[in-house]
Amino acid sequence: MNNWKIFANGLLKENPTFTLLLGMCPTLGVTSSAGNGLGMGLATTFVLVMSNMVIALVKDFIPDKVRIPAFVVIIATFVSVVEMSMQAYLPSLFASLGLFIPLIVVNCIVLGRAEAFASKNNPFRSILDGLGMGLGFSMALTLLGSVREFLGSGKIFSLAIYPEDYGMLVFVLAPGAFLALGFLIAIINKLKAA
Amino acid sequence: MAKTESTLVNMLLTLLVIAVISGASLGYVYKLTKAPIEQAKAAKQQAAIKDVVPEFDNDPLAEAKTLQSEDGLELKMFPAKKAGELVGVAVETLTNNGFSGEIRIMVGMQPDGTIINYRVLDHKETPGLGSKMEEWFRPQAPKADATADQETSFAKWLYGIKASGGGNRSIVGMNPGKNKMIVSKDGGEVDAITAATISSRAFLDAVVRAYKTYAKEANLSTDAVSGATTKEGGKNYE
Repeated sequence: MNNWKIFANGLLKENPTFTLLLGMCPTLGVTSSAGNGLGMGLATTFVLVMSNMVIALVKDFIPDKVRIPAFVVIIATFVSVVEMSMQAYLPSLFASLGLFIPLIVVNCIVLGRAEAFASKNNPFRSILDGLGMGLGFSMALTLLGSVREFLGSGKIFSLAIYPEDYGMLVFVLAPGAFLALGFLIAIINKLKAA
Repeated sequence: MAKTESTLVNMLLTLLVIAVISGASLGYVYKLTKAPIEQAKAAKQQAAIKDVVPEFDNDPLAEAKTLQSEDGLELKMFPAKKAGELVGVAVETLTNNGFSGEIRIMVGMQPDGTIINYRVLDHKETPGLGSKMEEWFRPQAPKADATADQETSFAKWLYGIKASGGGNRSIVGMNPGKNKMIVSKDGGEVDAITAATISSRAFLDAVVRAYKTYAKEANLSTDAVSGATTKEGGKNYE
């Protein structure tokens, strides 16, 4: 597999949200607006890239039987770093995402890539994989957030498209997340099959 | 390089080293971000105070006072003074009666308790319903929308009800010592947020609590203050 393929893999072919259906908790939880989706996606991307890199570097020192706890500790460290930095330097984003940041630790996609990719590949390829997966995840969350924000409150990235009174409130609430995600997956599947 | 074998000593050592390194780096980042986090919090508080009281030239944060409400919650009072004269108070108030979790509001009042403005600091109400309280209880700009008028007059004709714009949802200019600050459904003067009565009740509860606590501190009359906290059983639809 060449480097470009590793990177592009996460964008569509093995997109974490649309194809692997991993990390559904943040996907459904934070995408009530496009901005939230993008913020969560980028935070996850950072954690993915950093944890993939570190795990690829230290994989040979970690005995097989304790690799999972070791990976979790490494991932949790980066998540805490993201949480504290966001609280310090991006307080407004933290106000809307704060609750979900600690959940990145248990996001299957992060541990999944550590286990399936980073523990078998060199650091450079692992970084590429993390970047591709992270951007695919960000893209999916931003798309889902845009659809929900547009249908629910008539805005995209807080930019008013039509008056809020005509929006379908259900799309901002939890059931709308499932509906929108289902339709998006159906459309993506159709596009991929074509 | 050969993979480290899974012997007990190896496993213990590896986990220990990883834990120590992560612990140390987290400690370092914590130290690094501690000051900016506190600054961001103080800035948010300060911006909220500025929003809800008239212009002042003292430092309300330095003169802040922690007060106890009747039911034992801790409220913070920030006096705003201009040239030594009290021009308003900002009270950081909260309620536990929300639909989900705590609601924190910064309420700005004139020295006699008349509400100047408010700002919701923190809440976990339903987005799109209860979350509307961030704007709902402020005076509205008149709707320059002809279709809205038509709709309301149609509703009037159909149901014989008061047009939805005709109610009073703004709490600005009200004085909890004189006005009945509970939702109109419970016999008060404030219209609840459509489909979010619990959140509206909780909001008013927090505002009235701010007034009561401040009034006790400043010895204002609390006669007319009615219990926005009392909920009638079986009526708690959101």
